Amino acid sequence: MPTYILRRLLQSALILLGVSFITFFLLFVLPADPVRQIAGRSASAAVVESIRQQLGLDQPFLVQFGRYLSGLVQGDLGRSYLQKSEVSELIASRLPATLLLMVAAIFCELVIGLAMGIIAALRRDSFTDQALMMTSFVTVSAPQFVVSLLMLYVFAVKLGWFPIGGYGTFRHLVLPAVTLGILGSGWYSRMMRSSMIDVMRTDYIRTARSKGLTRARVVLGHALPNAILPIIAMIGIDIGVFMGGIVVVESVFGWPGIGQLAWQAIQRIDIPIIMGVTLVSAVAIVLGNLLADLIAPFIDPRIKLK
Amino acid sequence: MSAAQTDTGATLAPEVLSVQDLTVSVRTPAGDRPLVENLSFTLRRGETLAIAGESGSGKSITSLAIMGLLPPPAVRITAGSVRLGDTDLTKLPEAQMRSLRGARIAMIFQEPMTSLNPVLTVGAQLTEAIRAHTDASRAEARKQALAALHAVRLSQPEQRLKQYPHELSGGMRQRVMIAMALALRPEVLIADEPTTALDVTVQSEVLDLLRDLQREFGTAIILITHDMGVVAEMADRVIVMKAGKAVEEASTRQIFASPQMPYTQDLLAAVPRMGKGKPRPETPTETVARLSDVVVRFPLKGGILGRTIAQVHAVEHVSFDIRRGETFALVGESGCGKSTIAKAIVGIAPHQGRIEIAGQSFADLDAAGQKALRRRVQIVFQDPMAALDPRMTVGTLIAEPLLIHGIGSLAEQRARASELMQRVGLTTDQLDRYPHEFSGGQRQRICIARALALQPDLIIADESVSALDVSVQARVLDLLQALQREFGIAFLFISHDMAVVENISDRVAVMYLGQIVETGTRAQVFGNPQHPYTRRLIDAVPVPDPSHIRTALPRLAGEVPSPVHVLGQGPARLVMRDIGDGHLVAQQA
Repeated sequence: MPTYILRRLLQSALILLGVSFITFFLLFVLPADPVRQIAGRSASAAVVESIRQQLGLDQPFLVQFGRYLSGLVQGDLGRSYLQKSEVSELIASRLPATLLLMVAAIFCELVIGLAMGIIAALRRDSFTDQALMMTSFVTVSAPQFVVSLLMLYVFAVKLGWFPIGGYGTFRHLVLPAVTLGILGSGWYSRMMRSSMIDVMRTDYIRTARSKGLTRARVVLGHALPNAILPIIAMIGIDIGVFMGGIVVVESVFGWPGIGQLAWQAIQRIDIPIIMGVTLVSAVAIVLGNLLADLIAPFIDPRIKLK
Repeated sequence: MSAAQTDTGATLAPEVLSVQDLTVSVRTPAGDRPLVENLSFTLRRGETLAIAGESGSGKSITSLAIMGLLPPPAVRITAGSVRLGDTDLTKLPEAQMRSLRGARIAMIFQEPMTSLNPVLTVGAQLTEAIRAHTDASRAEARKQALAALHAVRLSQPEQRLKQYPHELSGGMRQRVMIAMALALRPEVLIADEPTTALDVTVQSEVLDLLRDLQREFGTAIILITHDMGVVAEMADRVIVMKAGKAVEEASTRQIFASPQMPYTQDLLAAVPRMGKGKPRPETPTETVARLSDVVVRFPLKGGILGRTIAQVHAVEHVSFDIRRGETFALVGESGCGKSTIAKAIVGIAPHQGRIEIAGQSFADLDAAGQKALRRRVQIVFQDPMAALDPRMTVGTLIAEPLLIHGIGSLAEQRARASELMQRVGLTTDQLDRYPHEFSGGQRQRICIARALALQPDLIIADESVSALDVSVQARVLDLLQALQREFGIAFLFISHDMAVVENISDRVAVMYLGQIVETGTRAQVFGNPQHPYTRRLIDAVPVPDPSHIRTALPRLAGEVPSPVHVLGQGPARLVMRDIGDGHLVAQQA
């Protein structure tokens, strides 16, 4: 186990190096000029050039990247161009909010998605099944900002059950978490449905039934642990999709997380922040996948980590 | 033999199960179609009733109908009754049926590898069955589970409770299934092909066990099987089923001594029996394939750098040659390395040592030469459905080897395919159909036609007839032998079925744990088996004759040893001794 984790972490370092290189390169070739954003539209060419030299943005790509990397190795994510503070501090102050939302949203995703999938599988080809799968199709294809605004309009503006935006109490958390949960549940319900249908057909389910177990026991005790295995691997992968969704949802709900930070930084081409947020997301995805792989052997004893 | 079976009928045991006019139908767009029709039988305490028949005869559906486990809603009982004591099971609501299931009627299934839940421990699955029907506390249930494992003679039962199914072998898992089924001492046990998926030596142990437990507990057993050898060994009475109907019902002795119905007679005639092999013509001594000192090992990796830390010794120092037009049989139980040898011969398993086909070796050839050499050897696999691409027509499938090797124009390839179709007993107008439209036997014929397309010198038949019903198996074996005479093809016949091997082979090699332990002509190996493992394999085969008295097999001390060894170590190399006329036997340590 420790050797496995160590090897995976070494591999992760390579992944993070690749991610930072690609992101840095894309930002470098971007036609928009970050210096112009800093200096303002009315600044003279001389001022722009001096800022460019100050930030080292006149250097060749590899020199810039090398400097960034050497900072990164020492734990320095750089300084925001516009907010005049350390990127690491900005991210650290916003990370707890995002993590809280992430955990709550994944919980909602799983509860909604798995319940829908299990019910649809057990009532396969019935009206219930078709209605649930139709719903999941809608949630998969609906644009994130539309669903977010709709939730906000109905539950905050019209019904007034939850605050319109902000951060701080449990009531603030409900709407963004449920919105993300609904958006992500479609994939889970479809996958859970097919996984559950496969498992319910297996010989060991027939054995469980032949023992005279109740239906609840057969489904929850025998089928569920087997059916959930592919889902666990999916949660790890899903964190990537989730990080994309959080940018939109945090902005709509005014949630002070790193998604919102990224949104602001992208608009103003604040390269150090974009880099920082991308790296934090990549770390989250890598750790999420590692966690999923570490959990799997506890559910399926046949899986051996080596 | 049970009390009910005495010929005078004087001491009949009480009836426990009575099935009257049972009809099971499946709902189809065209209306109800019966899968089982008007089946009636009774079962007495301590009796074993075999329901024998080929695939599609309705024997498994019958067992599921009795258990109330038919797949709803399409398949259901449409008429008749199933009485357990005074209760009609067909009229019982599900909740009450559930309380009987597992307690008064229990069932064991064919596939021990897939019949236990992989994510729950053996102990959890056993105690759960006990606690579903009794008020036993966790500790009491555990004690009963332990007793049940003792009863099925599983070694180290304490540890087994904590193990997961994948840590047990097939035979051990089937013992766990039996323990689970018999833990609550049910009146009726339905055993659906309980030993079909097991190796022959394990099969005989499991059958012994079932017989002993029946004697001890007085359980009535319904044994569903296609294997007439198992019927002869186990059953008091037999019902032969065909296409959902009972064809014949009689005592086991009567069925085997004087079967009344033509179907039963055909079925019994098709059963491969030891000692029924016809004398075979002399074969020329020209060698088609030669294996010298072939070793196949698969690495197991570990550690941070993923280096090889151990090896699976699949094949160890195997040498033999196959001559033109002969059938060379490789026999042994699962995991002995026989299929790995097949893969090595066609060049898809990395090996050490030398394999020559028609004097050439893949190792010496460039890509073009290797491709040309591949034409000389073809394989026919066990499962024809898995071996045929479901999205290709049969004509395309048979012609594909010609296409790959660029032989002839498209029209010529198609003509060759239709010629081959006829040769294997199918008709030309079936060329544009898809594999799912054919029966299992027909699909295997298609695979054989495909193997013939390139006119190979050697066809490797890897358990090619094992999945087929006996009557189909007999016809496919006839076809293979006719093709061999016609084209002078050599067969490497890989099988676990000693009776089939005895019937069709010229020479035999017996494998155990990757090494050959005995080899010689059929007459030498079967007539004068010298190695204890060979004898064990031969003795374990169920004989389709109820009057046959099996010599008691010594119980194996433990499980088959593991072929995994850490790097640098390996099994001791067996030394073969010639005991006369090329009959080689591994020397005992």
